[in-house]
Amino acid sequence: MIEFSDVRVRYPRQQREALQGVSLSAPRAQITAVVGPNGSGKSTLVRTLLRRVDVAAGAITLDGVSITESSREAVARRVAIVTQREESAFPISVRDYVALGRLPHRGAWGRDTAQDRQAVDDALRWAEADSLRDRSVHQLSGGEWQRARFARALAQGGEAFVADEPTTFLDVAHEMTVFELLGRLARDGRAVLLVSHQLNLVARFADRLVLLHEGRVAAAGLVADVMRAEILERVYQWPVVVTRDPAVGAPALIPLRRGRGRGTTSD
Amino acid sequence: MTLARWAGLVVALVVAAVAAIMVGTIHLTPRESIGALFGSGEANAVFVVRSLRLPRMMLAALIGAGLGTSGGALQGALRNPLAEPYLLGVSGGAAVGAVCAVSLHLTPALVPLAAAAGAVSAVVIALFVAHATHGRGDPRVLIMAGVVVGAFANAAIMVLLANADLSVVRGALWWMMGSAADASWSQVAWLAIYVTLGGGLLVAWGRTLDALSLGEDSAAGLGVDVERAARRIYLTASLVAAATVAAAGLVGFVGLVVPHIARRLGATGHRVVLVASALTGAFLVVAADLVARVALPPAELPLGAVTAILGVPFFLSTLRRLT
Repeated sequence: MIEFSDVRVRYPRQQREALQGVSLSAPRAQITAVVGPNGSGKSTLVRTLLRRVDVAAGAITLDGVSITESSREAVARRVAIVTQREESAFPISVRDYVALGRLPHRGAWGRDTAQDRQAVDDALRWAEADSLRDRSVHQLSGGEWQRARFARALAQGGEAFVADEPTTFLDVAHEMTVFELLGRLARDGRAVLLVSHQLNLVARFADRLVLLHEGRVAAAGLVADVMRAEILERVYQWPVVVTRDPAVGAPALIPLRRGRGRGTTSD
Repeated sequence: MTLARWAGLVVALVVAAVAAIMVGTIHLTPRESIGALFGSGEANAVFVVRSLRLPRMMLAALIGAGLGTSGGALQGALRNPLAEPYLLGVSGGAAVGAVCAVSLHLTPALVPLAAAAGAVSAVVIALFVAHATHGRGDPRVLIMAGVVVGAFANAAIMVLLANADLSVVRGALWWMMGSAADASWSQVAWLAIYVTLGGGLLVAWGRTLDALSLGEDSAAGLGVDVERAARRIYLTASLVAAATVAAAGLVGFVGLVVPHIARRLGATGHRVVLVASALTGAFLVVAADLVARVALPPAELPLGAVTAILGVPFFLSTLRRLT
């Protein structure tokens, strides 16, 4: 379980704290989705887990162990993070790329063990990226690259999995593939923390929602409790209606055109 | 990288090394060369091979290996295909050190030391500036800091040379174009220590480099302490480059072009890229030094110019195939 308790972060030379006492938890076997407008602190949340920003107050724990009291490798063995953007500066084969997920296990100096190789093979198969193994990461399409990135994170083998905007720039089919992969991860018992802008997909796949607004938790709980028009309108500062997705019955958000009132979406 | 390409690389290096021992003002047959290596045969040939050509060839090989490894590591750590040790201020700093030593009429033995001191100071200043302005080791800031420190160093050289004697200008210029002509066994020995230790460390950090070349956040997610790892790599790579500069002046283009050739040969993953860069660099500089020595006898061409003249077409052909 990933747990944030009253976490505060302030970037250097910034007036406002990027996170102003955020508490949330991502339990095992569930998808916990963090949503919110641009600049609400979603990416800062991920950067605290990467230890790329200093936490001024509060605590972040993984299964009860504080991440600041563990070594960076130990944290990386517990939680795998698919960051928002990633591009290999130089060509590398998908297999070698996925094998980088084993770095926190074998260290910079260690050799590949049979266990490492097994983990890499399993991760490739799991993410349906086995057929890509000999390709260069520079030759992959957006969807293939995202599968390879999931495989690498999976090779890390942690019990917690964090994905920051994993479906940016993906078409519908690849978007769905990514969400289904996340669903499988949760069913396998992992704690999945997902940061996303895709409110409607998140509403379908996530078990719990955390809505961030200006560095604070504006609402949190079951999807139906957070996906409510009055809450979303206040946070996003935009008129919306929340209806039911006719296919699966999940809450679905429809942004309206400003000044035209509810129900007048057609011209 | 396939076994055949590794073999090709080793064979190319061996052929260049053998040619560097045989060819010159005094041409030697293979038999005479081998004899001379083991101290038999004509005294003159023994002297030429054992005291001049062999140490010079080995120095050239070490310079190439050092600059190639250093460039490959910096390109990975900075995620920039244009990165190379000279870009981080190594060359500018070293040149200022050397020009100061020449202008002050210090004994020639002190010039390399002054150059190394200048190189290390420039890199430390660039690292410090990048750290002070940004706090975190952003590669772009570091590159800008290196370029700016280098530009400042170049300006300082112009000022220093503006009123200098012609002999000083000539000495400084020759040094800035690089040369392995004054190779000695003691130079070979200490450069070997720097290149082996520094290059070995960089190769050992190959996986960390692989992680860094994915980007800082991704590397951090893999448990890498990004700032510390990058700082170690910058410093080690710069020290190796500074050692080569102290040994033979500025040998341009090797640090930039050699890692690209190694990648073009199929090397992926930094452990492999760095070892292949060491071999490719050694080959390029040994071959360039041979050309510098024999192309226009009795004059010697500046080594740094020959590496660029040989390296540019090679680089352009790889660039064409890359795109």
